[in-house]
Amino acid sequence: MPRDTFSDELTGLKNQLLQLGADAARTIGTGVDALKTRDRTLAEAIIAHDAEINRVRYDIEEQCYELIATQQPLASDLREIISILLIAIELERIADHSKNLAEIVIHMGDAPLLKPLIDIPRMADITQSMLNQALEAFARRDAAMGRAVCDRDDEIDQLYQQVFRELLTFVMEDPRTVSRALNLLFAAHNLERIGDRITNIGERVIYAATGRLEELNIERPAT
Amino acid sequence: MTSERLQTFTRALASNANINPTTQPPKMRVQNLSFYYGDFRAVADIHLDIPDRRITAIIGPSGCGKSTLLRALNRMGDLVPQARVVGRVLLDDEDIYAPHVDVVEVRRRVGMVFQRPNPFPKSIYDNVAFGPRLLGVNRRRDLDSIIEKALRAAALWDEVKDKLHESGIALSGGQQQRLCIARALAVEPEVILMDEPASALDPIATYKIEELMHTLRDEYTIVIVTHNMQQAARASDFTAFMNMNDQRAGVLVEFGATREIFTNPREKQTEDYITGRFG
Repeated sequence: MPRDTFSDELTGLKNQLLQLGADAARTIGTGVDALKTRDRTLAEAIIAHDAEINRVRYDIEEQCYELIATQQPLASDLREIISILLIAIELERIADHSKNLAEIVIHMGDAPLLKPLIDIPRMADITQSMLNQALEAFARRDAAMGRAVCDRDDEIDQLYQQVFRELLTFVMEDPRTVSRALNLLFAAHNLERIGDRITNIGERVIYAATGRLEELNIERPAT
Repeated sequence: MTSERLQTFTRALASNANINPTTQPPKMRVQNLSFYYGDFRAVADIHLDIPDRRITAIIGPSGCGKSTLLRALNRMGDLVPQARVVGRVLLDDEDIYAPHVDVVEVRRRVGMVFQRPNPFPKSIYDNVAFGPRLLGVNRRRDLDSIIEKALRAAALWDEVKDKLHESGIALSGGQQQRLCIARALAVEPEVILMDEPASALDPIATYKIEELMHTLRDEYTIVIVTHNMQQAARASDFTAFMNMNDQRAGVLVEFGATREIFTNPREKQTEDYITGRFG
């Protein structure tokens, strides 16, 4: 078949992106685990691993440039390569948010958690599942599935609002809790941002599959 | 508990290594090569190492000496009256221009495919058998096996296996070119020179030739001259950019990995040429 080599390279690149995605998804769960168990060793491992995620992202980016420069991709091939490039950037940022979760663990030292974590782990579960679904949608070039992922971002936004209100009551009751409350709010904020990043990935899935540039979840609160 | 989670996390962090460029010594080395047609120096002072079992493309504007350089690699230039070579061309460390060298053997080891497919007006079978017969292979069984192997390697076997005794001229342009590649492969060369091998072909036939080159490079060193920059970008591992100097002699401006040449060339002349801002 003509262009088998190019197709193989593109498939290889796509697989590398999916691996990066699985890796980024894993950091979300691990980040919240470290927070829940106050495991500083685990937090440090997440922080150290971020450098590797960044390296893979640059590797993917470079391969995209190379394919564009040397293979003259057109139509769906071009859309796919552009989408891979933009999704890789989103994945790297998602891992940065996970790294922020790990940094909160380090920052908190031995101070006890303000309250047992309930909604934050739920946010982590949902974002992780959304991200896996978004990656599957990309692998399948399934625009409807990409759109469905974005719909779930509302759940994340609601949970974030809930965490915000709850922490506010703690602070109003006892202003000395403000620092511990802010740590948890910052954790929830990072998860909320991860949800937004996944929405961006969903938009890229739709572009790769259909060629349409759609902005999803426009009404999402400004952050 | 901690170490278990940590292990699960770190275990998942396998990094994938990149493919390394060739570590083999170069298959051919062009050293200080100049090529004269009478008094006119067509290419000047070329130094170029040609990587083993990789595809090297030579690009550059018309008249910059690409084909002259290519032809110097298997002494095809000897056939031009008043042509003269200065410098050395090493094939596995042996100078192909040394006095004792057998030119026929050089051309067996360094085969060539031309711009226009040029099958002989003979059957497909006889086209491929031509070289082996010249080298003294005459037993039918040996020839049959050589021909099947060469046609398979040239990705043509499935299309012609039922009509081996029909004329090679009756094939399509793309098939004819693959027949010429099979003919070149039948004498088991080590290097294949291709002079604009796809310029007379339609895009699909062109992609097929490029795909074929990619398969062949596992076993052969390939050097291709092409006007088509996109083709060099798509199909080669290394690219040499040639240009003319003030005396209108061809010089090598830049040589490097194709991805580097096409994303970040070192020389301004190269950048100007590949971005179409030449002259």
